[in-house]
Amino acid sequence: MTDLAGLTIAAARDGLRSGALGAVELTEASLAAAGDAGALNAFSALTPDRARYQASLAAARLRAGDAPDLCGIPLGIKDLFAVEDAPTQAASRILEGFRPPYESTVTARLWEAGAVCVGKLNMDEFAMGSSTETSAYGPAVSPWRRTGDPAPLTPGGSSGGSAAAVAARLVLGATGTDTGGSIRQPAAFTGIVGVKPTYGRCSRWGIVAFASSLDQAGPMAATVRDAAIMLTAMSGHDPRDSTSAPRAVPDFEASLVGDLRGRRIGIPTEYRVDGMPPEIEALWHRGAEWLRDAGAEIVDIALPHTRYALPAYYVIAPAEASSNLARYDGVRYGHRAKIGANEGITALYERTRAEGFGPEVKRRIMIGTYVLSAGYYDAYYLRAQKVRTLIRRDFERAFAAGVDAILTPATPSAAFPIGAMAGADPVQMYLNDVFTVTVNLAGLPGVSVPAALDADGLPLGLQVIGRPWEEAGMLDVAYALEKAAGFSAKPEKWW
Amino acid sequence: MAIDKDTARRVAHLARIEVAEADLGPLAEQLSAILGFMEQLREVDVEGVEPMTSVTPMRLPWREDVVADGGIPDKVLLNAPDARVGFFAVPKVVE
Repeated sequence: MTDLAGLTIAAARDGLRSGALGAVELTEASLAAAGDAGALNAFSALTPDRARYQASLAAARLRAGDAPDLCGIPLGIKDLFAVEDAPTQAASRILEGFRPPYESTVTARLWEAGAVCVGKLNMDEFAMGSSTETSAYGPAVSPWRRTGDPAPLTPGGSSGGSAAAVAARLVLGATGTDTGGSIRQPAAFTGIVGVKPTYGRCSRWGIVAFASSLDQAGPMAATVRDAAIMLTAMSGHDPRDSTSAPRAVPDFEASLVGDLRGRRIGIPTEYRVDGMPPEIEALWHRGAEWLRDAGAEIVDIALPHTRYALPAYYVIAPAEASSNLARYDGVRYGHRAKIGANEGITALYERTRAEGFGPEVKRRIMIGTYVLSAGYYDAYYLRAQKVRTLIRRDFERAFAAGVDAILTPATPSAAFPIGAMAGADPVQMYLNDVFTVTVNLAGLPGVSVPAALDADGLPLGLQVIGRPWEEAGMLDVAYALEKAAGFSAKPEKWW
Repeated sequence: MAIDKDTARRVAHLARIEVAEADLGPLAEQLSAILGFMEQLREVDVEGVEPMTSVTPMRLPWREDVVADGGIPDKVLLNAPDARVGFFAVPKVVE
C-alpha cells in the first residue's frame, strides 16, 4: 500500500503523472492514515465518499494527460471553509448540523485543480485561539512530543488540525486561515511550512468570517515547494469578494531558485522581545547567516510600533468579530435555544448565543461590542485603527529603503502542553501571536519555515515577511532558508 | 478602564449573550484584564494620523445593479432550525 510518510505534493504529482503512483491508491492511503489517527483529533469530519469520487475523476484526468499540479493530491480543509453539503461549523456548537449548500471559492479552485477532499479539519472555535483548545470538538493533538515525555502537546492554532494532519502525513497538504498568526504559528509548532498571503490574494468568499480586514486563507504543507504549488491553485481574483485583488497570479513554484544575490533582508531589532528563549534568538541569528550564505545582504531595520501591534489587534479583531458573529441568532442556521412560553425574540437570541458560543468567543464578542459602543469608540477602536496605520507605515519605510524581505522568529516559544494555559489570563495566550500579528495588520504576506529542533526535540520556525504582492520573492527566501536548515526531523508515530 | 458588573451586564445585553448573574463578576474581571492590556495604545502619538480603513490601497469595485443570484428559497431555508411555508419562523415579535 502507498505510504504517505516522506511523500511531498511535488513528488506525488510527478509519481501520479508517470504512473508510478495511482490516484485512487493515494487517496485510500490518506483515508486509512486519517482513519487511524483518532488520537490526534485532527479531523472534525472525514469525507470518504467525496474523496473516492474525486480520486476516480483525478485518475481519469491523469490517464487523459490533462492533470494540473494538484490532480489526485489528498488534502484536508479547515472547518472554516464551506464545503458543499459537508459538515461546516467553524468548530462551534452554534453551527451544529450546518451543511452549506455552496462551496467556498478557495476550495472550489482546489477541486477544479483535481485535489481530493479527505475531510474537514479541527480548529479553534471561529479561529479564535492559538492552541485548538477552544474547539467544540475538543483539542487537536500534535504528533510531536518532547523527548522522553508523553504529555500531549498542542499543534498550535487556530489551524491546529491542519498542522497536525500535515505533520503526521495524514494528508499531503491542508488549507488554513490566518487572522493574527493562525497558519504560521501552528506550522512552526509542527515543523511544517505555512503561508499567509497578501490580503486580497485569496478570496474570502465562503470562509466563515472572523475579522474581515485581517482574515486570509493560505496553504500548509511539508515543504516550501508544496506550499507554493498549493498557493498558485488557491489564489486569484473573485468578483464575489470585493476585497479580492484583480491581479495575475504568478507560478509561485517557478520562483523557487534559492539564489539571494542582490536581495536585502531586514532584521527588525524590535522583535527581540523580553523573555525570548536563547534558543530562539540563536536560531534567528543562524537564519540570518544562512541567508547571507545564500547571497543576501543582511541589514538591521526599525519597526518602532511593533510593540503596539498586539493591543491594536485585540481591539480591531474583536470589533470586527462582534459585527460578523451577529449573524448567529438561531433563526437562519445552526443551534437554536428553547425558550419559555412568556419569553420573546430577545431571549431567543441571548440564550441561543449563550449556549452556542464558547467562553473565548463570548469574551471577544463582548470586548468588540464594548470598544465599538458609544463613548468608547474613539478611545479604543479609532485609536487602534490609527496605530494600525503607523504599523503599516513602519513596513512601508523599510521596504522603501530597499529591504526585499524581513526575517523574524515565527513564535516566542515551541509548542506547549495541552492545558498549560488553562489557568492563565487570556492575554497570556494572545502573546503567541507577537511575531505574526503585525503582518495581518499591515496586510503583508508571511511564511513560517521549520528551521531546527529545540533542546526538547520540538520544531522551531523562522518567519519571512514579504512586500505586498511579492509572495514569489518571499517564498524564494523561504526556500533558501529551507535548503540551508535542512530540517528533516519527523515525529515518531505513537498515535 | 476597569469594567464593573453593571457594565459587564450592559455589554452582554448589547452583544445579545445571556450571562448568569453569578458569572458577571468573573466576566468583568476578564474583560478588565483584556482592556488593561489595550491601555498601552494610549502611549502612542496618533496626532494627525489617518485611521486605516482599507488594508490594501484599492478602490472597492462597483458592479451593475442587477440581480446576479437568487431564486433558491429552498437552499436559503435548508439549514433553518424552524422554516415553514417558505419563511423563517421566529417567536412572536409584535403584540
